[in-house]
Amino acid sequence: MTRLITRFVWSAITLLGTAVLTFFLLNAVPGDVARVIAGSKASPDVIKEIHAKYHLDDPWWQRLGLYLGQLARGDLGHSYVTDQPVSEAILTRIPTTAALASLAVVMWVAVAVPLGALTAKFRGSWFDRVTLVLATVSLSLPAFWLARMLQYWLSYKLGWFPVATFQSFRHLLLPAASLAILSVGYYARLIHTNMVEALDSPYIRAARAKGASETRVLFKHALRNALIPVITILGMDVAGMLGGVLFIENVFALPGIGTLAVQSVFNLDPPMIMGTVLFTGALVVGANWVVDLMYGWIDPRIKSGT
Amino acid sequence: MPLLEIQNLQIDFGRAPNALRALDGVSLSIEPGKTLGLVGESGSGKSVTALSIARLLASPPAFYPGGRILLEGRDVLKMKAAELRGIRGGLVSYVFQEPGASLNPVFRIGNQIQEALKLHRPEAATEAEVVRLLKLVGIPAPEARARSYPHEMSGGMQQRAMIAMALAPHPKLLVADEPTTALDVTIQAQIIELLGRLRQQLGMAILLITHNLGIVGDVADQVAVMYAGQIVETAPARELLQRPLHPYTRALMNSVPGLDADAGRLTAIPGAVPRLGAFPPGCRFAPRCPIAKAECSEKIPELLEVEPGRFVRCPFWENE
Repeated sequence: MTRLITRFVWSAITLLGTAVLTFFLLNAVPGDVARVIAGSKASPDVIKEIHAKYHLDDPWWQRLGLYLGQLARGDLGHSYVTDQPVSEAILTRIPTTAALASLAVVMWVAVAVPLGALTAKFRGSWFDRVTLVLATVSLSLPAFWLARMLQYWLSYKLGWFPVATFQSFRHLLLPAASLAILSVGYYARLIHTNMVEALDSPYIRAARAKGASETRVLFKHALRNALIPVITILGMDVAGMLGGVLFIENVFALPGIGTLAVQSVFNLDPPMIMGTVLFTGALVVGANWVVDLMYGWIDPRIKSGT
Repeated sequence: MPLLEIQNLQIDFGRAPNALRALDGVSLSIEPGKTLGLVGESGSGKSVTALSIARLLASPPAFYPGGRILLEGRDVLKMKAAELRGIRGGLVSYVFQEPGASLNPVFRIGNQIQEALKLHRPEAATEAEVVRLLKLVGIPAPEARARSYPHEMSGGMQQRAMIAMALAPHPKLLVADEPTTALDVTIQAQIIELLGRLRQQLGMAILLITHNLGIVGDVADQVAVMYAGQIVETAPARELLQRPLHPYTRALMNSVPGLDADAGRLTAIPGAVPRLGAFPPGCRFAPRCPIAKAECSEKIPELLEVEPGRFVRCPFWENE
């Protein structure tokens, strides 16, 4: 119980810190928001009116207080550009991003787990070496370059996939594959390393001594132990993956959180920027909660105490 | 027919010309229901011998350039993978040195015992059978223990659970590789007593590997002493303990504390077991032997039957 409360307090502090930090970063951005809203030809009166409406002339601590007070009531504010409530804009875009991310995770886990397990089993073979090279390539690829290349060759030139936008499941395949390719190498190596360690354990020898088949030894006895650290990293990696999502969504013109975030930056739309950043922060905090709970379930030696 | 017969077994680590010979012409046999104690210092090749019986050494690096391992007359070294899996656990079961590390940390005890049952006696893979096995090895509250994870049990209880798992498929040979080394002395005695009782009750043969001669006297019928990858002496347990013949066995006996108060100082054996690949020429014990002669370093002595049932690899065994 105490643990749960501590956990909750820390999560709140993390999100508060995110909000305050984003606030200051946005304040440091040069340019007049009022000019962005009203256009460069707006009259001084209109500019003045906008300044008054959005409290742009108040001292920074007053504006911060105002903003935090608003957040405490669960209100993310309205877009300066479209006047749409920020929470509504985010909510309507969650399904696209969630679908993209889930499909990507399914794809790379489906490839990385067998690759990692089998390269650990046949370590030092040509199969292991080729995989190592490919994995290194995979984790060195820049997201925007990979997405553009796949889009150009597989969609535009060969016509195997739709080029862009989100109209059906087929439209998600290539973006999700791009995202998966960026992560699969890292996870294949991570699982490989953990599997090598697990396969050297006395309980593996004991499982073989029992008469268990190699498949069973590998995918039941060793993998279950090897996945424990992987789950942790996967949870922490949600933040890293959102970086990839940002590029991929924009390249493929998917209406998700990533395009929303990039648009709001180009529009210099502070409430929307703050909203997407806070949402991302909440997602990372939430993912860590989930990992913590799963950890207690996947590794019985850890009592979650919740 | 002996249950297990190892004939002139050789095991190399690595391939020629860089191969290191770990076992050099080891021969052993165990009759059904009997217990053989395999004794020697660390690095003598006891565990390698034990693991080779069900071909549990990873290959590579281990290779078998010569010899045979016959289990009920069938050569283990010629078996295909599927046949081997039937032998492992089914005919030969293992109990290892560190129970805490040999049980899989993420599965419940009952689950791990059921796995052994499913693999070899699927008709008996029930919770009731798991509880019966846990009770058989003296685990209190077996119903609750079946749901425990290994880390929730003490070392002694873990080793009992390990033994229950090994017994589950009704093996004819139990290989216990230093089963008590990692445990407290009081627990050691309990585990040895348990093994003795189970042998009586179930009529299985045991290969007990230990570096502790005292343990051997309690349970073994027959003893084989290993040194640097070779057997140097075999004899019925009682005779060997009363009158060891090989200078190495004698030295081992002198390094075990007795109960007599006036036994005097314990004598350590000078030097150490030679490293793999650095075995001396001739008799491998010669550099540490108190009665070694110049000729001992010239050629490896034969393992000879010097008295009925007593084999010694030393031509000077009659010298004190």
